[in-house]
Amino acid sequence: MNEYAIEMMHITKIFPGIKANDDIVVQVKHGEIFALLGENGAGKSTLVSVLFGLYQPDEGQILLEGKPVEINNPRDANSLGIGMVHQHFMLVQNFTVLENIILGVETVKNTHLQLDEARKKVMQLSENYGLKVGLDEYVSDISVGMQQRVEILKMLYRDNDILIFDEPTAVLTPQEIEELMEIMVNLKKEGKSIVFITHKLNEIKQIADRCAVLRRGKCIGTVNVKDVSPEQMSEMMVGRKIETNLKKNKFSPGELLLDVQNLSVVSSRNKEKNVLNDVSFQLHRGEILCIAGIEGNGQSELALSLYGLLGNSTGKIILGGKDISNSSIRERSLDGLAMIPEDRHKHGLILDYTLEENLVLKKYFTSEFQKNGFIDFNHRAKFADELINKFDIRCGNGKKTKTRSMSGGNQQKAIIAREIDLDSDVIIAVQPTRGLDVGAIEYIHKQLLSQRDSGKAVLLISFELEEVMNISDRILVLYEGEIVANVLPHETTVNEIGLFMAGSKRSVKK
Amino acid sequence: MKELRQKKDITGVWASLLAIVSGLLIGFIVLAICNPSQALNGIKTLLFGGFTGGIKSIGNVLYYATPLLLTGLGIGFAFQSSLFNIGGPGQFIFGAFCSLFVAIKIPIPGALGWIIPLFAAMAGGAFWALLPGILRAYKNVNIVISTIMMNYIGMYLVNSLVKNTIYDPLKGQSAVVPPSHQLPSWGLDKIFTSRSMVNCGILIAIFMAIVIYILLNKTTFGYELKACGKNRDASRYAGINEKKNIVLAMVISGALVGLGGGLMYLASAGKYIRVVDVMASEGFNGIAVALLAMNNPIGIIFSSIFMAYLDVAGFYMQTYRFSPEIVDIIVSVIIYFSAFSLLVKEYISKIELKKKSNLSKEDK
Repeated sequence: MNEYAIEMMHITKIFPGIKANDDIVVQVKHGEIFALLGENGAGKSTLVSVLFGLYQPDEGQILLEGKPVEINNPRDANSLGIGMVHQHFMLVQNFTVLENIILGVETVKNTHLQLDEARKKVMQLSENYGLKVGLDEYVSDISVGMQQRVEILKMLYRDNDILIFDEPTAVLTPQEIEELMEIMVNLKKEGKSIVFITHKLNEIKQIADRCAVLRRGKCIGTVNVKDVSPEQMSEMMVGRKIETNLKKNKFSPGELLLDVQNLSVVSSRNKEKNVLNDVSFQLHRGEILCIAGIEGNGQSELALSLYGLLGNSTGKIILGGKDISNSSIRERSLDGLAMIPEDRHKHGLILDYTLEENLVLKKYFTSEFQKNGFIDFNHRAKFADELINKFDIRCGNGKKTKTRSMSGGNQQKAIIAREIDLDSDVIIAVQPTRGLDVGAIEYIHKQLLSQRDSGKAVLLISFELEEVMNISDRILVLYEGEIVANVLPHETTVNEIGLFMAGSKRSVKK
Repeated sequence: MKELRQKKDITGVWASLLAIVSGLLIGFIVLAICNPSQALNGIKTLLFGGFTGGIKSIGNVLYYATPLLLTGLGIGFAFQSSLFNIGGPGQFIFGAFCSLFVAIKIPIPGALGWIIPLFAAMAGGAFWALLPGILRAYKNVNIVISTIMMNYIGMYLVNSLVKNTIYDPLKGQSAVVPPSHQLPSWGLDKIFTSRSMVNCGILIAIFMAIVIYILLNKTTFGYELKACGKNRDASRYAGINEKKNIVLAMVISGALVGLGGGLMYLASAGKYIRVVDVMASEGFNGIAVALLAMNNPIGIIFSSIFMAYLDVAGFYMQTYRFSPEIVDIIVSVIIYFSAFSLLVKEYISKIELKKKSNLSKEDK
């Protein structure tokens, strides 16, 4: 048997304007967990997409058991025993778990689907690896954690030996992450080779054997995880030292800025159901209020309706003493509400506009930037240069760079620069660090803290518990559209918050 | 920085030229299949036939370019806001009718005699685009479908209106516009001889192209409009009233197309609205004009003149016994290829990128 199960030799992949992978060598042994670590845009996803046949490399080749193979599409990958759990699950919502698992490789006898054999095999697998699933439940009804187990079973059912996990922990609660880690270790024991993509160093430290660090499309090095500290790894990843403990000034809340009373949002799919149910809270000057919770429990709706992007909400929103419940988005913005939106590409940026044009998106109409409807280009350029310098936005062609070609971290920096520059009293930040690397996260946290210290109020909606615990002054937990907990970070633990998030505990009465 | 920008613009021009050349090549093959012995003469005529009548022909090209320029401009303008206005024929013919009606029925003295009908043309075109705009903005009705419907309504309505108001029953077409209400030539007849059909229309059209260029690129309105076109959600998030912008974009687009109709029929060139159940082809050809110029208002000036040139040159191809239908096929092939100009543009930039990365490799 060859030493390595799969080898990616000198892979280069070029996209217009960017070299996503530059001469990368990754070799994964039998029965090991191999982690891919890197900043956003470092080329991790591209690399595994090449392995799974979603992209064709411009140079380099893939060796399976030492023999070169060609993988032109995911079907090829599957037949070679390579499986992948995507970051966004690829499941058919209105099929049962069993149907999803066998989809594409069904056994058919005389045009009739043979489910019994499949059921036996799946039950065997789920027992062997401790993957608990309800085979006859519909995917639309099961939790995110179980959906992930279904994805894993899908790979095992196809007898895949090389398993790719693309940021599998991003959508899970702490408890679910623990379970997943156990499963991955089990898989390894059974001799499977695992490629594991993540930003989170502690997860790598916990289960990975070796780790390749990618930076700007290049492989910086492959290390034995037990030989290096998390600090060393993060330094390799970012290229500099990272402050992990943020200095935080004492919490001293000021006057009331945002008062939300009985906010409800009706579900657009099911008129009987509220995705946000009777939510009330208050936000004060100099406070970072965190809304924690698992994705999809009403956080997006809360942010969007506060900003006026959702039409079907009821309740009262009072900003600095003024009722803005029925104000337009522009009025809310002028009244002192800024928002770092959840979806950078959908709401945050006009990707085909230049950085300069995006930086004035909330200000272009003010007398500062236009005279009689004509844009003051000189002033706009000067303004853009100032922000780029002040917020250290890095991009190829300066202010004329199309934002589409910028990395995720710099796109987010651009949005943050724009929103902070508005000098609004209240900043709603939804998932501001999602998908970013430690360097960018550190930067964004510093910016939010400095806003808080200068007397602004920040409403931070986050799914990252570590982030919630680190920078918040107060924590609310949303579960199924309701606030189930209102706690202070130093009076609680990550585990307790996890229980709130999963709905198995409440500190606020119904 | 500036160099970079200029370079990109040139890629666009190359792409358009390449599309034209490939269109001509395919056209040549079609000619060779139809009539091999005359194919070479035919393609020569297509290329240089526009000069057959000397300076007069060039004047005619400019006359034919006028409506194409404005329809292309209108459609290109809507494109900038991601609205596919294929209601050109309806807006064009309704604008034309409004201008003719005012010019023939209402006695207005002096220069106002042709200026006011032109405003009527713009109002007519704008009105015809208003309804699809409102439906799109407030009821999310697909703009393609609603503008197509408006084309049919426009065609039949104008036919009936012409019959009932400004009809010349002997010829089955709209009545003659009194000479005092026809477009003046502003001295262009001195350049292109008085036998040429050219008039001040082409100058008005070019002026409008410049106005639209400024509107799109120098004003906050253009910024908003393009923002809505590129990303509707982000525009809404930025506080831009995207519904208002959709309606405005459609109204301006319709007004430009309608103006094209007015300019075409207010000329002394012997053009009349004929009462037949055929849509105004200028409205559709405007789509090709806009595509060929990649919606750039300045580029549209050139692409419309090019298309008009093909029209005129194609006419002369008949001397080599190519039937007018063959000529139409060749012209459509070129138009068809013009739609690929964007594809070509991408291809060119891909090649350039490869070259660049190869170069940087050698540097290492």
